[in-house]
This record gives sequence, structure tokens and C-alpha cells, in this order.
Amino acid sequence: MKRELTCVACPLGCSITVEYEGTEVISVTGNNCKRGDAYARTEIVNPTRNIASTVKVVGGVHPVVPVKTSAPIPKTMIFDCMKEINAACVNAPVAIGQVIIPNVLNTGVDIVATNID
Amino acid sequence: MCYDVAIIGAGVVGALTARALSKYKLKIALLEAQNDVAMGATKANSAIVHAGFDALPGTLKAKFNVLGCEMMPKVCKDLSVPYKNNGSLVVAFSEEEMETVQKLYDRGIANGVPQMSILNKDELKALEPNLADNVCGALRAESAGIVCPYELTIAATENAVTNGAECIRNCKVEAIDFADGVFTLKTTAGDIQAKYVIDAAGVHSDDIARMIGDESVNIVVRRGEYFILDRAVGNMVSHTIFQCPTKMGKGILVSPTVDGNLLIGPTAEEIDDKDDVSTTLAGLHDVKVFSTKSCPAVSTRNAITSFSGNRAHPVTDDFILGPSKVNPQFIHASGIESPGLSSAPALGEYLAKVVVDAIGGVEEKEDFDGTRKEVFRFRHATDEERSAAIAKNPAYGRIICRCETVTEGEIIDAIRAPAGARDVDGVKRRTRAGMGRCQGGFCGSKVVEILARELGCPINEITKFGNGSNILFDKTK
Amino acid sequence: MMNYDLVVVGGGPAGMAAALKAKECGVESIIILERAETLGGILEQCIHSGFGLTYFKEELSGPEYAARFIDMVEKTDIAVKTDTMVLDIDDNNLVTAVNKKDGLLKIQAKAIVLAMGCRERPRGALEIAGSRCSGIMTAGTAQKYVNLDGYMPGKKVVILGSGDIGLIMARRMTLEGAEVKVVCELMPFSGGLNRNIVQCLNDYNIPLRLSTTVVECHGKDRLEGVTSAQVDEHLQPIESTKEYIECDTLMLSVGLIPENELTKNVGIAIDRITNGAVVDEMRQTDHKGVFAAGNVLHVHDLVDYVTMESQLAGQGAAEYILNGEKETVYVNSTTGNGVRYLVPQRVNIKNGNDVKLYFRVGKIFKNAKVVLECDGKVISSKKKVKLAPGEMENVVIPADVLAGMNENSTIVVRVEE
Repeated sequence: MKRELTCVACPLGCSITVEYEGTEVISVTGNNCKRGDAYARTEIVNPTRNIASTVKVVGGVHPVVPVKTSAPIPKTMIFDCMKEINAACVNAPVAIGQVIIPNVLNTGVDIVATNID
Repeated sequence: MCYDVAIIGAGVVGALTARALSKYKLKIALLEAQNDVAMGATKANSAIVHAGFDALPGTLKAKFNVLGCEMMPKVCKDLSVPYKNNGSLVVAFSEEEMETVQKLYDRGIANGVPQMSILNKDELKALEPNLADNVCGALRAESAGIVCPYELTIAATENAVTNGAECIRNCKVEAIDFADGVFTLKTTAGDIQAKYVIDAAGVHSDDIARMIGDESVNIVVRRGEYFILDRAVGNMVSHTIFQCPTKMGKGILVSPTVDGNLLIGPTAEEIDDKDDVSTTLAGLHDVKVFSTKSCPAVSTRNAITSFSGNRAHPVTDDFILGPSKVNPQFIHASGIESPGLSSAPALGEYLAKVVVDAIGGVEEKEDFDGTRKEVFRFRHATDEERSAAIAKNPAYGRIICRCETVTEGEIIDAIRAPAGARDVDGVKRRTRAGMGRCQGGFCGSKVVEILARELGCPINEITKFGNGSNILFDKTK
Repeated sequence: MMNYDLVVVGGGPAGMAAALKAKECGVESIIILERAETLGGILEQCIHSGFGLTYFKEELSGPEYAARFIDMVEKTDIAVKTDTMVLDIDDNNLVTAVNKKDGLLKIQAKAIVLAMGCRERPRGALEIAGSRCSGIMTAGTAQKYVNLDGYMPGKKVVILGSGDIGLIMARRMTLEGAEVKVVCELMPFSGGLNRNIVQCLNDYNIPLRLSTTVVECHGKDRLEGVTSAQVDEHLQPIESTKEYIECDTLMLSVGLIPENELTKNVGIAIDRITNGAVVDEMRQTDHKGVFAAGNVLHVHDLVDYVTMESQLAGQGAAEYILNGEKETVYVNSTTGNGVRYLVPQRVNIKNGNDVKLYFRVGKIFKNAKVVLECDGKVISSKKKVKLAPGEMENVVIPADVLAGMNENSTIVVRVEE
């Protein structure tokens, strides 16, 4: 089987062709870097994404502070992860990189703050 | 409580009438259906003070236009509202149209219009070099001017309120009863009683008249669409440039505005829904095409916004003024289409006099002050004035609208003023915040924040122009 | 009146990079004037990832990228005034600014870096007829409401324009629970990055309709729906393709315009295509001592390039302050086939270094070559699998080529299909 992908690993957005059978990747072509190769392989087997959102802050300058996943999570879990993020709340002060939700949904990935407040 | 006079409709006529009445010891209510004053025809028209040569001699339009045009400079000065006496030109493109120009000149003479002249092509091109090369000549009227109609209305309302009148907004009149010499107006803001009612309800003035059983007023709504172009092209013409009139109106004009932009429009289209102020693709297209006839270099590539306004055209083709035949305590101020803005100062004085004469024995207030304190405008101030203002109030040092250089202090002033701004468009009309080339892209959210703070409500209760025009939904978290 | 060697107008990524570079080059007194409450510029509301891959070799969110520069600025003695708006720059580089605390400020600068960024094209600039109800906003305004203020600006959303902010907002609104009905794009191609189409639209099954625009807005108070239509090859709506789409919000992502009002007031020459100043390879404008960098000069696709360009401007300003005017012989760069614009527009051949020319193409090219031609000779010809208007490209003029040029030389960049 053959699939054409647009790499999302970096803004270049390379067009990648992946040949695979079932979950076994036979070849990856069209990528310009290792990240592209890795992206293509994961995309066939278990696509993952980073997400960014905000979490409610109490006592801060802004009502919300931006957060992101510390590493990509399975694409299928995005909306469940959003539920966790929406339910979370943090007290000011918040530091960049501060873990807001550790090990979200047992993925091994943390939800971390990406700005101060 | 019973008011002596209730004015229905806080457009330019209603507001100037309220101001004229506030000279007297009377209890006055200025009622407005919407969240702010100047929301009907007043908000969206050509912003022109006509010299007065259009209307047929002997009509109310002719009489009040010439009077109003003469009064306008002083009214604007007293109310601290920008007015510019830029003069107008009716441009002819053929010998046949030159005959129309001559007819208009003669009519102007009959109406008592001062300072008119007929220009030949060379004189015209010397005056306005950016006009099309195929112009033949023009009627010049030096007494014509430009004014900001909503600023005039806001200022007049403010002045009336300062002098004791009440302005009640979100007060839509739905029915009128009359008993024992007193009207009871059933409104969305509760019942309001008044001995005299002035119907200045614009496109809805016939509906209001019918509430007392007066069927004599019939209004047809004519929609006019416009573009506002960036200041960069604001000086393309210095006069207001008209084309020769047709029976639907004065045609597409090209005019500078008091704020330095260029205004092109309007179309004229009869519509059924009185409150439908949408623009149409066809209408905007017409404005685009016909404005280039006068000024080939006009391009909507410089457009910063487009809008449309509805004019109350009376089927009788003249203003309807004075006591109703059904009930003499009900005063018509209907069918005020063009030259309504130009006539407004004279109409206000006239309508006030009608009421005062009818009541009889009314005394003038000793402490009436017809001037409005000058509003601080950062963009027009000198460095010294700016420094002094900031020293007094640091909020004048915080620029909110970058395009029009409007400060937080000016926005707060606009909200706290008598009958002040309650919504984003209200702030915009009073301060110009959001009226520039980015159209509120940057300052919109800051204006929402300031409004919420000043009005003491969460930001998602702030509207663009009242009713359900909220800007935001719920909190995300 | 205050005196500074360098005044930087704008404390976003461009302004901060320029100030830091100038400091590194030895400029003593530098001040950054920023109109917002904090440094960071538009990055503060760009909470998605994708920043810094080129410059920092890691993927950061907007605030994280900004924070790295804010930290660096704070470690220097660069003065910063936030909530401060620059009102005017005069012929002699006297800067007038205003804020609440200091009132009117007059600052005499030896050199100035303009780094005011850009703004979004509003509705008025488009011909969308209909109501002027609430619910019509630029994607950037919506982004501020969601990401900074924490309020939803809409629930059922149509997005017009497939620029990156539009695509990013399609995903943001979806994640926050809104229904994004469709993204319409007037052109037959998207103006955004490919990867954003994949991860912002395809991932969430949001349709992208190319050659489609919004012609009318409906609704009395709040937006109730829009009419979309496909457009013909002249970009005119096709009547028979009109379609009503129910929505409460229309977000516009229809182009960015460099904010050059100050620049124009000084009388600096503006490039008709970029809407930014005409500059040389150090980003100096035709007004001595005034430099420009970042989105105020031309709209960039990646902040990393903004940083790098601004460092050049910072270095240029430093050289100007420390060494005075250089010997200059300018050769204009000229756009050839397929190239919409080039920055810098002119190159000082006495520069002595390699000079990178940035450009954008006017349409999508596949398997094409980017050719640099100096004095009629092909200097380089680089094969490209794909060139798209949404992506900024560059080509380098080697120092030795420049050294061999004279005032009558030519520099042309073109695409060979």
C-alpha cells in the first residue's frame, strides 16, 4: 500500500510517500530530514499530535494561561485530552514549563504551561 | 410623572428639537427605540449641509434647508461639532445637463440661496482638477458644507440632557393612548405620559402617527448605499461633488468628510423592510461605477468600509410638519429625508416653537447653556495640550485606537458623558475608535474591556449596538 | 528630551532581536518602545506550536519563543517602555511617543529600527455585502478573545481566507468546542502552510473550499448566516453557485498589511508590492539611520526569519551608530518571471558579505528552478519540488559575485518552469 502525506513536523511541509503493508512500513521517500521519516512512520501506525489550549487561572493577570502537550499524544485522544484541560485550574503565579496536568490520561505526556501568569 | 413633551426618535431632528425645547421650563423626554441616539437615517447619510437649491420654491424643504444651512455653522460651533464650509458643485456632463444647472441656479435664487455661480469647464477644472475631463461646467454653491450627522446628534442630545431633558433609550413606542388631554405611550421601557408628543420617528413616523389614528402620513423607505475611502485619498476633491439630479434623488456624490475621509454614494432603492440596512452587491457595484463618472481616480480599493442608510421618503415629497389633524397635541416631524440634516437646526427651533406656542405662557430658563464643553481630542491637540491633559488624567496618555489615535481617556469620557456610549459602535461614533483603516481589529477588544469596566458588567454582555448584538459568548473555561 | 543611540519601535520578535543584536555589536544606549502592556508582540496570543524550529532547532509555542527573547532583553541594560505608543518620527530622527506614566516623550535617536509588525485586512476592504451585525471579526481578534481573554467569540464559524491565522483558528475553535463549518479561499490555492492545512483542517474534517468567497452576511443583531459563492477566473462570484451557510461568526483571514503609517509620515519610500519600506541588505530605508525589519517590512511566514532579518537590521543600525555612513554603491534587485517581490530591494555591492534575497512567488510552481542572474549571467539555479505563495523563499548572492559588480550591474531572480 502507498500513501501520500504532508509532513507536519516542521513548516517546510514536505510531501512524503510511504509504502507499507498493514502496520509495517517498507519505505519512506520525499522527506528531507529524519523528523520526516519518523513522522511518516508514526502517521501510518499510530498518528499523534501536539495540542495547545488554555487552562483557567485563579488570581492571575489573565483569566487563562496557555498550555501544550509536552509530547505528541495519540490523535484519537485529542478531545478526551481537551476535557481534562477544560476541567483543570491553576493558581497564579504560573511559570513557563510548569506541569499543570501530569501524565494526562496515562499517556506519559504532561500538560505544561507555555507562558507566565 | 407626566412630561410636558415626549419626542419620539433621537435622530438629528429629535435631538435638536429636544435641545431647542430645553431652553424652556418644560419637562422633556427624548425617547429612542435603540440602544443609542442617531441610529436611524441620521447615522447613515451623505453628511452634507445643502445650500438649498434642490427643493422647489415654496416647499417646506426649500424653506427649512436655506434656514438650516445658515444656522449650521453656529450650532456646530456651540455644540463643539466639526463642520466645514467646503462648498458644493453640481457637475454637468453635457449641454443638456448645463440647462439643469441653470434651472437649479434659478431655483436657488427663488429659494434665497446666497453665493451661487455657474462655472465653465476651465473654472471648474481649476477648482477641482481631479474631476473627469468630460465635465462641461457646474453650479457652485459656496454656502454648502459638511458635518458629521451623528456627532451633531450626540452633541445635541448631550446638551439637551445637560439642560434638564431626559433621554430614554431602548424605549420603543408600541401603542399610544390619549385621555384627559394626556398621551400614555406604551413603550418597551414602560408607560410614559406626556401632554405633547413630537413624532420624529424617521422611517417609522407613519407607524407612530397611525397609533393615534392619523393615517395622513405615508413613508416609503429608500435605501442608500455608500463607501468610505481611506484618508489617503480624502483630498481628491475639496468640494462636495454632485451629479445632476434625477427624480430618485441627487445621484452619486463624491465628498470629503469632516474627518478627512472620502465618501461616495448613495444609491436610491425603495425597499419594504424599514429596518433593513444591509448593503447589496448590486448597490455597491453601482456606487463604484457611477462615482468614477465624476472622479475617474476614485477606487474602492481604498475602501475602509461600506454602509447603507434608509431615508424616510414621504409620498407627498415634502416634509410633514406641525399639529396632527386628529389630535393637535401630536406634532408631526415626518418625511424628513434630504435635505433633512441641513434643515435640522431650523426644524428643531420650529418644532419647539410650535409646542411652546401651543402650551402658552412658557418661561425660558435663566440658566440655559446652549454650548457643549469642548471634547478633548488627542489627535487634534498640540503637544502642549496633550501634555497638560495627560498631567490631569493619565488615561489621555494611553492610545487605544492606533489608526485614529484615540486615547483611553477619550473613550471613558464618551461613556460617562450625558446619554453616553453603551456599546462598541457608540464609542466608535463618539470617539472614532475603530473607525480607521483596521476597523477595530486591534482596539475592538480593548474598547469592549473598557466598556465592561465602566458599565460594571462582564465583557460578554457588551454589544456592538444593543439588542442581541453581543460580541462574545461564554467563557472558554 | 531624552537621547538614545538606538530607538526600536515595537517590542515584538523583530524589535527584540534588532535591539539585542545592536547591543551585542556594542551600541550603548538602546530603548524599545512597545504599545502593548508586555513585550512579545503578537506571539503572546499565538499559543500553538511551530515556532523556533529553524532558529532554536526546537518546536516552541508563541509565548515560549517570545519569552526567550524577553529573558535576553531583561538580562541587558536595554531600556523598555511598554504601553507606549510612538506618534511621530521627524526628519532628524526625533521620536515622539506617549504613555500614561511619562506623558509625551521626545527621544532623539541616532538610529531607529522600525518593527511595528502588521495588521489584518478588515471586512471593509473586501466587498462583502449585507448586514453590519456583530460576529464578523478578523481571525487575529478572535484569537485574542479565545487565547488571552478566555471568551468564545463564536460557536458556529465560517472562516474566509486560508492564511495561517485562519487555519490555526479553525483548529483552535474546534478544540474549544465550536463547530467550524468551512474555510473558504478566494484563490485557487491556500495562502497558508501545507502542514497547517493537514493538522488544522484535515485532522478535524473541516472542508477547505478553494476559489470560493463570502459575498453576503445575514443577520440583524448577531450574524445568522453567510452566502458563499464560487468565483470565476477573474475572481468574480458565480451567481449559480451561491449557497447559504448558517453560522454565528465569520472570521476573516484575508491578508496582512505592514503597519507603515509612521514610515510614510517620515517620507520613506514604500514598495508597492510588500507595502513595506524599500531597504538595502542591512534593512536600511532611504532615510538615513532608519531601518526596518520583520512584518513591518514584508509579511513573513515564519517568526524565525523575522528574528534573523531583524538581527541584520540591528547590526546595520549598530554599524551606522558606531562607524557612521558607509561607502555605498547600490544595485537594485529585480523580480523576474513568477517572483512577486524581493527584499532587500537594493544591495550595496561594497557590503563585502554574502547577501540573502527573500522573495515570494505569485502562484504555485511544481518542479521549477529558482534562478539568480547577475549581469546576465546565471549565478545559481536551484531545483525546487514546490514553490507556493504562502512560503517565503530565499536565494544568496555570494560575496565574490557582489565584489565583481559595478553601479550598472543587474540582479534578477526568476522562476524557470
